[in-house]
Amino acid sequence: MRSIVIATVCAAGLLIGAACSTTPEDQAAAKVEDKSGGKPGASAQAVQPPKVAAVDVSKPQAGSLAALKDPNSPLSKRSIFYDLDQFDVKDEYRSLVEAHAKYLRENPSARMMIQGNTDERGSREYNVGLGQRRSDGVKKMLILLGARENQIESVSLGEEKPQADGHDESAWSKNRRSDILYSGEY
Amino acid sequence: MLKLVKFFTGLVLALLVAQARAQLEIIVTDPGAQRSPIAIVPFPGENLAGPALTAIVRADLERSGLFRGVEVPPLSPAPTENTPVNYGEWRSRLADALVLGSVTANADGRFEVRFRVYDIVKQAPLGAIAYVFTKDNARAAAHRVADFVYEKITGEKGVFSTQIAYVVRRGNAYELQIADADGERAQYLLRSNEPIISPVWSPEGRRIAYVSFESKKPVVYVHYLEDRKRQVVASFKGSNSAPAWSPDGKTIAVVLSVDGGSQIFLLNADGSGARRRISNSASIDTEPRYSNDGKWIYFTSDRGGSPQVYRMPSTGGEPQRVTFEGSYNVSPRPSPDGRVIAYVTRNAGKFQVALLDLSNRQVQVITDSDRDESPSFAPNGRMILLATVIGGRGVLSAVSADGRIKQRLPFAGGDVREPAWGPFIE
Repeated sequence: MRSIVIATVCAAGLLIGAACSTTPEDQAAAKVEDKSGGKPGASAQAVQPPKVAAVDVSKPQAGSLAALKDPNSPLSKRSIFYDLDQFDVKDEYRSLVEAHAKYLRENPSARMMIQGNTDERGSREYNVGLGQRRSDGVKKMLILLGARENQIESVSLGEEKPQADGHDESAWSKNRRSDILYSGEY
Repeated sequence: MLKLVKFFTGLVLALLVAQARAQLEIIVTDPGAQRSPIAIVPFPGENLAGPALTAIVRADLERSGLFRGVEVPPLSPAPTENTPVNYGEWRSRLADALVLGSVTANADGRFEVRFRVYDIVKQAPLGAIAYVFTKDNARAAAHRVADFVYEKITGEKGVFSTQIAYVVRRGNAYELQIADADGERAQYLLRSNEPIISPVWSPEGRRIAYVSFESKKPVVYVHYLEDRKRQVVASFKGSNSAPAWSPDGKTIAVVLSVDGGSQIFLLNADGSGARRRISNSASIDTEPRYSNDGKWIYFTSDRGGSPQVYRMPSTGGEPQRVTFEGSYNVSPRPSPDGRVIAYVTRNAGKFQVALLDLSNRQVQVITDSDRDESPSFAPNGRMILLATVIGGRGVLSAVSADGRIKQRLPFAGGDVREPAWGPFIE
């Protein structure tokens, strides 16, 4: 089942010409700094090299952006918290994820980064893996709800960016989380 | 008048030495541990180049846990490497070994240290050598002297001239630093407002790979120490972390989430070519480390339900489980001789460093702290550097591979973590 979903997503991605590549192209153009800002429509004279044109950092419309920050909008809720050693999105966060999936569906140019986090206990690198498992879970749920694979990057900050600095469960429970950011915020 | 000046200089030097020595806290946890008494007579002329060379040499040797400096009263005339040795006299001072030498200023402005090492018990000279150095490199010269003495007496290479890398955090400021193995002469390689983790030295010691979060996600860089240039080697979609060097320095194993999950891939260290995936699981496979012979990659995986140490052929292949005791065994580090794996184990909520002897499967926990991470072998395998937390502050500590000697490295301010011991310097 999972592979079918991924295949479908890849096909959709191919239509808009980006996702699911396994060639070095998906190396995020890290060695070449894009200073063009990737402005949409700048390709009218076809002077942009394809690599630059392919970097889509165009922002959603101003009205939508405001919704992302409006405290009355469910879209302003950006954090999903987890129980110890848990990675599944709890039911209480389902409406939050649904709201963001809807936003991504309605704003195909919107881009999202999900940062998974863990509490401070244990190996830093293993915690990077655990945080990735959390952010991957949110990403998978968003895709099942209609978001496109190429809109979402799930990453992990491991234990490195705690929200609370304490060394007890009250702090740890705030640090086991996934944070949702939209382009322009990361 | 001359005498007075000399006395005054001596006093100042003594204070400086005391200060330097107070920074290093050495705890010998096993009182039965044999520490060989060694007399290191202050080298005439050693204060010409700045720091008292023999004080650094003595501190180095004592830090190894194998030596104890014998107090030597002021001798007149002060002996040098050319002074004939009266073995009986040194035996009566309870020294098993003796170092005599001198420092002279050369015409070109450089300095020269000449010294000899003697075995007092066997009544035999062990060797002699001379090093030329500039004033800026006086500490490095002292470490070279300590390495020579250590090797002549123990038969194995010393690590006093090696360097360590580690990360210092002060609030939201992070620095990747390198320093001498005694924690002195620290300098930073990278300063960032985002975390830096997992530094690892390339086998030849001229490059350090690490993970930086400066672009709001983990990305693997290789930093060239000589020209301070750095190169992105892994910035794929998703997370890029846990770099490890192959013994030939040409390949870097990394953990990528680009294909989903956290899996181990190989990359060319110069950034060329495509990635090659070598782990294949639905679990977290991370913290790869090559064995010294390059045949195996040890790694952490939770494929069995809890994180444990596994190994697989370094070109990929069927993994074998390595650790079995306990429910949390992570961060494997093969020893330089390939016989032992150091790793972090959780015991009743405490994270401690354990050693697994690969020949007999014996496990020994060698620390008694409770938040140990990131063990790193000295290149001669004698000591293990690690990060721990004392009084709420991250500090580096070192423990001998037999667990008998523990020491804390001094650092002023900030949390210190993620130590990596560099290779031998040729």
